[in-house]
Amino acid sequence: MDTPSQHTLEEQFQARVDAEEKIEPKDWMPEKYRRTLVRQISQHAHSEIVGMLPEGNWITRAPSLRRKVALIAKVQDEAGHGLYLYGAAETLGAERDDLIDELHSGEAKYSSIFNYPTLSWADIGAIGWLVDGAAIMNQVPLCRCSYGPYARAMVRVCKEESFHQRQGYEIMLTLARGTEAQKKMAQDALNRWWWPSLMMFGPSDKDSKHTAQSMKWKIKRFTNDELRQRFVDITAPQAEFLGLIIPDEDLTFNEETGHYEYGEINWAEFWQVVSGDGPCNRQRLKARRKAHEEGEWVRKAAMAHADKRRQRKAAAQQQQVA
Amino acid sequence: MSDKKNWPLWEIFIRSKNGLNHKHVGSLHAADAEMAIENARDVYTRRNEGVSIWVVESQYITASSPNQSESLFDPANDKVYRHPTFYNLPDEVKNI
Repeated sequence: MDTPSQHTLEEQFQARVDAEEKIEPKDWMPEKYRRTLVRQISQHAHSEIVGMLPEGNWITRAPSLRRKVALIAKVQDEAGHGLYLYGAAETLGAERDDLIDELHSGEAKYSSIFNYPTLSWADIGAIGWLVDGAAIMNQVPLCRCSYGPYARAMVRVCKEESFHQRQGYEIMLTLARGTEAQKKMAQDALNRWWWPSLMMFGPSDKDSKHTAQSMKWKIKRFTNDELRQRFVDITAPQAEFLGLIIPDEDLTFNEETGHYEYGEINWAEFWQVVSGDGPCNRQRLKARRKAHEEGEWVRKAAMAHADKRRQRKAAAQQQQVA
Repeated sequence: MSDKKNWPLWEIFIRSKNGLNHKHVGSLHAADAEMAIENARDVYTRRNEGVSIWVVESQYITASSPNQSESLFDPANDKVYRHPTFYNLPDEVKNI
């Protein structure tokens, strides 16, 4: 039997992708497609897991029981999202422990937004509204990603994410309609989270080295700048409704194009945070490592307990046979 | 496999309501079957998505190979007579 050449295999693969067929774990795929997905899915998973830290910071200080149960449920969802995504990465042959090690060593990246501190309760509102809003914008097209397990995980994530954004906006709305001090707090949170939220879409198209290939493979459906524009168009009127000012003097609505135009993003800050020197990078990784190390005895004990029970069951069965 | 002794991987199947099949929803790690069910409850049914959970350790699943899917499923391709539309009946005949 002829073995098809690498070239033919890649052409057949691309044809399947072009025909909108989903690629499943055991199907042939180019090694680079696999690597790109493992990198992207694991980064995505890491972002969900690290994303629990800035919000977890406010669980004990939530202003009411209603806010507290909502925030706990949201943080629990983020853990769940991380697990769906690690599961999807594992279908590509990645090992969970290796992925976690790469996060803890700083080798793997996660969304730079989670390296900013949550200084006031209003930040929890701003994160739900802006950060989860930006995440939804990124994630909805990923539901149609060419890789089946990633697409399916994203469908579940997106279903749950909309509660996150609504609870955030509700917090902002309550503060914006509250006392002068509360309104000021909401404005301050918007001031600090606006630009980092725009940076969540990644580098500008002209500087994004992965975009072209990922679009060809239908991992990505829209470019970073397209999604960023859509986010600004949707979010600007929401800020207006709150009576809050977006901290961008250049933000104007262009009647002709129907789009908002916005000012220049501080890319130096973006690259600084990505490369590990944001306000909280070290703190976040330290918290992750600590949780992992302190949980080690639990993981071991559970394994020992399971082994013991298995042995006991086997012995009992043998006795019955005898 | 790394030597770090990962908890094994489990495949999770959920019946969303009685009357429907269990359906594969994803996977997770757990030390044993009981923990796999508890974890599946937390990971996959936080919003009443299920009334019943099956867990199977992934290593015990045997899957057909995509390379052989042609020879595996080919025999069904040319058997149109297995479908009701293969049979020509006059329009006057009702309820059939």
